[in-house]
Amino acid sequence: MITVEDLYFGYQADRPILAGINFSVARGDLFALMGPSGSGKTTILRLFNLFITPWHGRILLDKVDLQRLTGKERLGMQRRMAMVFEAPALFNTSVAANIAYGLKVRHEKRATINNAVQEMLALIGLQKIARKSSSLLSRGEAQRVAIARAMIVRPEILFLDEPTANLDPHNVSRIEELIRTVNEQFGTTIVMTTHNMGQARRLATTVGFLYDGQLVEWGDTKTIFTAAVDERTTAFISGDLVC
Amino acid sequence: MESFHFLWVSLTQAVSLLLRLDPPLISIIDVSLRVAFTALLIGSAIAIPIAVLLTSKNFPGRQFLRMLINVGMGLPSVIAGVVVLLLLTARGPFGAFNLLWTPTAMVISQTVLITPLITGVMISSLLGVDQRVKDAAVSLGANRAQRALVILREAHYGMLTALMAGFGRAIAEVGSVIMVGGNIAWADGISHTRTLTTAMILEVRRGNFEQALALGIILLTLVLVVNWIAIWLQRRAGR
Amino acid sequence: MIDRSKLTVMLVVVFCTALMFGVTAIGGAASGPLGNLVLATTTSTYDSGLLHILNPVFTDLFGVRVKVISVGTGAALELGRRGDVDLVLVHARTAEDRFMEEGYGINRRDVMFNDFIIVGPADDPAMIYGMLNVTDALQQIAMHEVLFLSRGDRSGTHIRERFLWAEAGIEPIGRWYQESGRGMGDTLVQASLMGAHTLVDRGTWLAMRERLDLVVLVEGPLRGGDVRLANPYGILAINPAIHPHVNYIMAMAYIGFITSPLGQELIAGFKRNGEQLFFPAGLQRGPNFAQFIPEECRGDDDRD
Repeated sequence: MITVEDLYFGYQADRPILAGINFSVARGDLFALMGPSGSGKTTILRLFNLFITPWHGRILLDKVDLQRLTGKERLGMQRRMAMVFEAPALFNTSVAANIAYGLKVRHEKRATINNAVQEMLALIGLQKIARKSSSLLSRGEAQRVAIARAMIVRPEILFLDEPTANLDPHNVSRIEELIRTVNEQFGTTIVMTTHNMGQARRLATTVGFLYDGQLVEWGDTKTIFTAAVDERTTAFISGDLVC
Repeated sequence: MESFHFLWVSLTQAVSLLLRLDPPLISIIDVSLRVAFTALLIGSAIAIPIAVLLTSKNFPGRQFLRMLINVGMGLPSVIAGVVVLLLLTARGPFGAFNLLWTPTAMVISQTVLITPLITGVMISSLLGVDQRVKDAAVSLGANRAQRALVILREAHYGMLTALMAGFGRAIAEVGSVIMVGGNIAWADGISHTRTLTTAMILEVRRGNFEQALALGIILLTLVLVVNWIAIWLQRRAGR
Repeated sequence: MIDRSKLTVMLVVVFCTALMFGVTAIGGAASGPLGNLVLATTTSTYDSGLLHILNPVFTDLFGVRVKVISVGTGAALELGRRGDVDLVLVHARTAEDRFMEEGYGINRRDVMFNDFIIVGPADDPAMIYGMLNVTDALQQIAMHEVLFLSRGDRSGTHIRERFLWAEAGIEPIGRWYQESGRGMGDTLVQASLMGAHTLVDRGTWLAMRERLDLVVLVEGPLRGGDVRLANPYGILAINPAIHPHVNYIMAMAYIGFITSPLGQELIAGFKRNGEQLFFPAGLQRGPNFAQFIPEECRGDDDRD
C-alpha cells in the first residue's frame, strides 16, 4: 500500500536526516519504526503527512506519488490519513468537540457526527467525560482522546508517533490495547514509531530499525527479533544500544 | 485625610450624575461608546485578516509590514489627528464628503490608532499557538481556511485581549478626536462629537477638576463593565 | 462541535451590536434642510457659557443648529482659511484685518467687548497692584523676574500679550517667562497652581475666579485701567467666493442675529456671579466705519 523509494531529507542543506530510505507497508499491516531518539523516525511520519517535502526519492500511496499532487488532490490525500503526535496536541475545547473535529472539517451532518463521537468515546472508554475540557485531562486520557480524534475519520492509514512516550505502565498497556483494536477491528493500516522494542514486538506485524538516517533492516517482526542480520539491530534489541 | 476630600466629591458627583440620568452626560456616554465600538468593529475587520495573513504566509515585505505595525502600535494620537484633519479638511483629498466635525471623523481617527494595536496583539497571540496543534488540525484533514480557524479559536483569549486593548485605547482617546471632532455639544448640552475624555478636557479648562474626575470615574466604570461583559461572553462560549 | 457554534453566535452578537452602534453614529451627523452652521470661536467665549445663551435662540429662529469649535484665535482663523468652518468669532483685530485683506473673510462686524486684566498671586511680589499703565506693570514683572505664564498659542490673548511686551520695550526671556501652550482656562488654572502672573480676558476671569488662587493686579479700561487692555470681539463670515461650500446664508443670518437688538440684549444680559462679562458693541447710531475697514492707528498692532 505504501512504498518508500530512496528517500532523502534534511532540515539544513548539508545535514541529511534521512539518507536513502526504502521500505513498503502492506494494507492492514501494523508497521513499527524502531530506533533511538534522533534517528529520524518522526521525520518519516512528517513526510508521509505532507508536512515536509523530500529532497529526493518518492513516497507512493497506492501507486500515487505524494509529491505530484495538485492542491486539491493533496487535501484529498491528507484526508485518507490521520496522525497522532507524540504530544496529544488537543484543541482547547471539550473532549467531544476534539473528537468531532475530523468530521466537522469534512462537513458531515450533525447527527452523523454525534453518533460517531459516541462510538469513539465508547471505544476509548471515556463516555463520562465527554463534556470535560481537554486541558483538564490526564496525560493518558489525552492520548486516548487524540487517538479517537484521529480514528473518527476512519483513515486508511493511521500514523502514531511514540504513542506511549511518557506514560505510566498502566496507561501504556491501555493504549497498546487500543492500537491493537484499531488495527484488528477497523482494519486500519498503522505506521507507528517507538523507541520501545518490547512494544514493537508486542504490537507490530512488521518492524524496521532506523539508525542514523538509514533503515538498517526491516521485515517481519518475528524474523527481525529472532534472526536480525545487522549487528546494530541486534545491539539495539539486546539493549546494548542506548536510546 | 482632609486632602483626599476631592475623591469623595468626584465620586458623589459621578454617582449623582448617573442616577439623575443627566441627559447631556447620557449623550456623551452614548457618543463615546458608539464611536469607540464602530472604530473597534472596523479596526478588527481590518486587523484579523492582516494578522492571519502575517502569521500564516511567508511573502516579501512581511518583515517590513510587521515593523510598520509595531511602530503603529505606539502612534501618538496627535499625529493621527493631524493627518486625518488634513485629509478631511474642506480643500483636502476627502473634503467633499463633509466629514470634519462629525462622529465619523472621530471613528476614522480612532480606527487609524487602534488597528495597528489590535493587529499587533493578535499577531503575538496567533504566533503563541502551539505548532503541534496547528499540525494536528492539518493531519485531521483541515484545509487552509479551517486551519486558520483552529488557530483563531486556540488564540481566542489573546484575540479578546486584542479587542479589549483596542476598545480601551479608542475610548480613552483624546488628542485626535478633539482635533477632528471638535468637542461639539449642541446648545442644550447634548453631545454631537463630545466624548467622556474631551468633556474632561473642557472641565479641566474650566477649572472644574472634581467634575472632570467624576467623568473619569464614569469612563473607567464603563471600560470595566465592557471588559466584564466580554469576559462573561467568552466564558459562556468556552463552556 | 457545540462550542464552535456558540463562539460564532457570540461573535455575531458582538459584531451586530457594534454595527448597530456604528450605523447610528454615522447617521447621527444628519442635518436640517439648511444644514448645520459651524462657528469657530475662541475658548474665552465658549468657556464663559455665552454661546449656550445665544445659540438656542438662533436655532429657534432659523431652525439651524450651531456646531461650535472652540480653539485659539489663530487656529480659528486657520480653520476659516481652509473653509472648514462657516464663520469665526474672534478677538485679534489685526489678525482679523489681515484675514479680510487676504480675502478669506467677509462682512466683518463688531460684536462686543470686554477687557484684559493682569492677574497674579495675592502677595503681589512685583508690586504692581493698582497700576494704571500696563507697560509699567510689565516692566516691573520683568525687573523682579516674577513668574509670568504666557498662552504661547497665537490666540487673541497671546497676540495682545506680545504686543504689550513690545510696547513696554521688553523681550521677555528667562526662567520667569513660561508658555503654557494651552487655552485660557487651562492657562489660568496652571498660573494659579504655579503662583504665576498672566494676562486674561475679564470674561474668562469672572467665570473662573472662585476656583483660582489669583487676584486682579492690573485693571483694564472697564474699571478705569489702561485702554491698551481693551478687548473687542469681531465676527466675520468666510468668503463664499473662495469656499463655495460654506453655509454663507446662515453665517450671515448668525451675524445678523448676534448684532441685532435681540442678540445684543442677550449679550448684555449674560451674567456670571452677578457680573456682566461682555459689553455689546454691535449697535451704534453712528456710521462706525472702523468695523469694516482695517484701521491703521488703533494702537493695537500686534506683529509678534
